[in-house]
Amino acid sequence: MAGRGAVQLWIGAGLSGFFCLAGLLSLVWTPYDVTVLDIGNKLAPPSAEHLLGTDHLGRDMLSMIMAGARTSIAVALVAVGIGIGLGVPLGLWAAARKGSLTDEIVMRGNDLVFAFPSLVIAILITAVFGPSAVNAIIAIGIFNIPVFARVARGAALTLWTQDFILAARVAGKKSARISVEHILPNIANLLIVQGTIQFSLGILAEAGLSYVGLGTQPPTPSWGRMLADAQTFFYGNPSLAILPGLAIVLTVLGLNLMGDGLRDALDPRLQRSIR
Amino acid sequence: MAMADTASPQAEQGLQLDKLSLAIHGTQILQDVSLTIAPGQILGLVGESGSGKSLTAFSVARLLPEGSVTSGQVTLDGTDLTALSEADMCALRGLRLSMIFQEPMTALNPVKTIGDQVAETLLIHRAANRRQAYARAADLLARVGLDPERIPPGRYPHELSGGQRQRVCIAMAIALQPQLLIADEPTTALDVTTQARILALLRDLVREEGMACLLITHDLAVVSQLADRIAVMQKGQIVEAGPTGQVISKREHPYTRALFAASAHQPRRAAAATQAPLLEVREARRDYRLPRASLWQAPGHLRAVDGVSFTLRKGESLGLVGESGCGKSTLSRAILGLEPLQAGTIALEGAPVAPEMGADLRGRMQVVFQDPYASFNPRHRVARILSEPFYLTGRPPDAEQRIAAALEAVEMSASDGLKYPHEFSGGQRQRIAIARALITRPDLIVLDEAVSALDVSVRATVLDLLAGLQERFGLSYLFISHDLTVVQAITDRVLVMQKGRIVEEGPTRAVFEAPRHAYTQALLAAAPRLVEDA
Repeated sequence: MAGRGAVQLWIGAGLSGFFCLAGLLSLVWTPYDVTVLDIGNKLAPPSAEHLLGTDHLGRDMLSMIMAGARTSIAVALVAVGIGIGLGVPLGLWAAARKGSLTDEIVMRGNDLVFAFPSLVIAILITAVFGPSAVNAIIAIGIFNIPVFARVARGAALTLWTQDFILAARVAGKKSARISVEHILPNIANLLIVQGTIQFSLGILAEAGLSYVGLGTQPPTPSWGRMLADAQTFFYGNPSLAILPGLAIVLTVLGLNLMGDGLRDALDPRLQRSIR
Repeated sequence: MAMADTASPQAEQGLQLDKLSLAIHGTQILQDVSLTIAPGQILGLVGESGSGKSLTAFSVARLLPEGSVTSGQVTLDGTDLTALSEADMCALRGLRLSMIFQEPMTALNPVKTIGDQVAETLLIHRAANRRQAYARAADLLARVGLDPERIPPGRYPHELSGGQRQRVCIAMAIALQPQLLIADEPTTALDVTTQARILALLRDLVREEGMACLLITHDLAVVSQLADRIAVMQKGQIVEAGPTGQVISKREHPYTRALFAASAHQPRRAAAATQAPLLEVREARRDYRLPRASLWQAPGHLRAVDGVSFTLRKGESLGLVGESGCGKSTLSRAILGLEPLQAGTIALEGAPVAPEMGADLRGRMQVVFQDPYASFNPRHRVARILSEPFYLTGRPPDAEQRIAAALEAVEMSASDGLKYPHEFSGGQRQRIAIARALITRPDLIVLDEAVSALDVSVRATVLDLLAGLQERFGLSYLFISHDLTVVQAITDRVLVMQKGRIVEEGPTRAVFEAPRHAYTQALLAAAPRLVEDA
């Protein structure tokens, strides 16, 4: 029993850290240049020169995965960041002013964003402002805001009824300060879990946008684009789809494990089992 | 160590526990518990939290957590329950053995009518067809005192008060005329007047239906009034057992004596109240807006506090007594300046109290809440929890020393500041809460049911502590409680509140000895007292 959370945390951190490092490394070095095509060597099986083989344009798959990690993870990370950065304060604000006009406006605004199919709006945004990774990030990020606002508000509401919040009010603290000092640390576990879910959804959304050509633009590789490109070759060369797919699955798995582990590690009530 | 209960003449009838022991994950919880309850008899199982009372009941019903190992025999009307399979036990629970719990709010399904829920018990055990079940359910609800004219079986749990819900739970429990009824703190969550009625109902039902009843409670006064026999439990063992009158008058075991002494404990109070007024409340009124009944109708108002006036003097302990929903907590929040008043004034030595008051005024009033488990942010260490009120005064340069001094004032050690609240027991946590209230050196501490959740022995020590602190720091207390014995023990004067109004006010002793208002008389009459000569 003891240390199960810690094992989760380390496996998760190891997995996601591995892909993050691969992405970072690709900034300075990849085995091959992913912008150089080598049509003569296309669809090569794994070998000593190309550890994971080459794709339909002769690019080294290992290099593609590494460079793709950079785009995919960065897009998802920033999108989750936008969601947390704007959604959580909104949710906390709404919870602190429960039942007021502020609460209504914030939450009905959330409903409005929720009411639109997210990917369609993301397509609209990228179609209007031009397809690029930055616009994809903004589009995905906007739809993360209400998700975090709701989670934060719901969890905060139950906390606001507790005595220790009343004690903080007796100590003269204003609601903004109580939200940061008392509410936020106690809902952090939920936010972390939601964050890892949204992160994986972000990678998938980026893949979806890139798949229809509205996300990352060639020649920059991303896992989503790689999946999209691999579609036509799936019967002959399934590894072209399996490799980026596996990278997505492993990163998301790693993040989920890390999220669970972090949740346990951050809770002083569970700390004995982690040591 | 366990004393043998004197053998009942009808050894086959009722419930017999013979040397029941229980270990969970290797920890010994119960040790050689032997009990006998005859049909139509109530056995009161008394003890403090953690003594194993509830787990005794769960062992009988075999509703134990994983990793439990039991030994010994449990016999119900001649059937050895320990020998039954899990499937047989399922058929038996509800049919021959049923339970009532402390919290009637969570024991009922909120989306089903009370009639459906009672009928369901009958249907599960195939005791009746659908139509008979509903007819019987209606009878049962009437039987437990829910008048079908006023509370028809088609009502939902949220439309009922706590006492009415507990009646529904009792109707479900007795639906199949079980041979054993286990009542685990059945009235702890209820007001005194409701408690008295529910206890009377339980006693009548047990007599008339001829059930054996295992009544689990921490309240000695309740068992002394209700139980035929008492068993006192300490650390998983029965330390004393016998007929109620005999246990109460003889008190053979030191633990029994300690328990009785603690429940009647009167702290030594040396502090003398002055005549100088500290807190003055004048015609305070607090309304809550109710949700609109329909879109065009103006929203209604609930007047929670209705023209309350009183004065709290320096160094005085003032009690505020009333049942749940009478407005005492709302009043306390207004006094602490957390909620605005719709009319009237509150002043602390002449300075007006309101939500927008300054930090210096706020720092002169602190509060201790009922639930020692919800009073602290679980992610902060004790030292940080204690330093929270410094937000009002600015963190003094000697903050560390003051935190240590506050911890020592409540008889804890300065090194406890490095721990998290979950590392402490309920009584220790309440000490921490008192330390937090002391840290700004306030004039007034509002104690909102501050000892209600504590065991009697812990409660006695916390009351002593409060009395000592009052003397040492010249504190004034506003002591809000539904528990009359506690109020009697620690206050100089008492206010009785009913439906938002103060109906009686006077010196505590005078009010308790000669209550003038009908409501005060009803409260005092309903309060369970130790029956010494039963």
